[in-house]
Amino acid sequence: MVVVQCEQVWEQISDYIDGDVDAGTRSAMEAHIQGCQRCTSVLEGTRNVVSLFGDERLFKTPMGYSWRLQRRLKSDMQVRRRAVLGWLVATAAVAAVSGTVVIAQRLGAKGGDKSPMANLGRVPPDLEVVVTDHGKLFHVKGCPFIKESDHPHDLVAAEAQKQGYVPCVRCLGEYVQEFAARLLNRGAWAGFVATR
Amino acid sequence: MAVKAAPDADTQEQDLVRRVQSGEQDKFYLLVKPYERRVYSAAFAILRNAADAEEVAQEAILKAFANLRQFRAESKFSTWLIQIAVNEARMRRRKDHAEIMEPIGERQDEEGSYSPREFADWRELPSEALERSEVREILLQSLATLGSKYRDVFVLRDVQHMSIEEVAEALGISRASVKTRLLRARLMLRDLLAPRIASGGLSRVPFEKGNKPW
Repeated sequence: MVVVQCEQVWEQISDYIDGDVDAGTRSAMEAHIQGCQRCTSVLEGTRNVVSLFGDERLFKTPMGYSWRLQRRLKSDMQVRRRAVLGWLVATAAVAAVSGTVVIAQRLGAKGGDKSPMANLGRVPPDLEVVVTDHGKLFHVKGCPFIKESDHPHDLVAAEAQKQGYVPCVRCLGEYVQEFAARLLNRGAWAGFVATR
Repeated sequence: MAVKAAPDADTQEQDLVRRVQSGEQDKFYLLVKPYERRVYSAAFAILRNAADAEEVAQEAILKAFANLRQFRAESKFSTWLIQIAVNEARMRRRKDHAEIMEPIGERQDEEGSYSPREFADWRELPSEALERSEVREILLQSLATLGSKYRDVFVLRDVQHMSIEEVAEALGISRASVKTRLLRARLMLRDLLAPRIASGGLSRVPFEKGNKPW
């Protein structure tokens, strides 16, 4: 039979408590512990530690913990819903501008008019606007999307439209929204979706 | 007529996870409710401060909500949730540099030999011991003195009842390290607690405010 010393018992006491020692080691440890007061004390004390700290009564949650947690969860979910809604609105705005371009190109191709936007007449043709060489949008002067470093050119809306520019959703949003609403009413939106 | 067996708790939980994942967000609290106490105790055991623990517990549960789509049913929801709480608490501890005092065993060589220093007789454990606030206080004070690497392993294994493998995965250490640290932690706690809680030890606990015998 295997004989173990106190030090070997201590080194394996944790595995012994967890039932993670082989049968031979277990028997040897038990035989030793039975006749050793120190190892009995170590075993019982370690078992007590495991038992006490494993008892859920040890950690008392603060008063109102559960209620505060639920309140925070609720508030977080509301914020997330608002964020999703905001994202949907932003996506719809971008889609409206993109749709404007696509539909305008289609209408232009069918009608042979180089300025399809003008057909719809949403932006006042004599409105003073600015464009940049590298952009695709035309803006009202002072639009925050345009910087001096973009070297904007002045022209009127009708001319900008003729050159293929479309209105900026930030500074000409009211016209864009009205235009998108008209497209929807005319069933043109389906044509835009079909192109995606 | 055959009676359909009621779904077990695990099946119900998996069903709840799927429902929340597919958009029934209001059901999320039902999912975490059985574990909200464990989330707090994991955070408290690591941070040793009630206010920080509550904040971290809330953050962990919100994080679990935000990332629920990443949860895979092959692991237990409770293990996944507790892992998030443990990671949050450890990050907070690092951020706050909470370890101003060097706790017991922090620099102790993991591979070196360790032997119990205290042999007070502590065979009997009164079952009602934890109902006494002074006993709970002694236990928590003792746990707080352990070095973080021992405390983290001990908390996951003996407070949260995770398996050795789960602890190893949660902390990113080997199975052997988990077992070594667990042994050290248990023995250190035994050394600390035996003289205070063992036979007659509690009578030496000083009286505190609100704990007068008269």
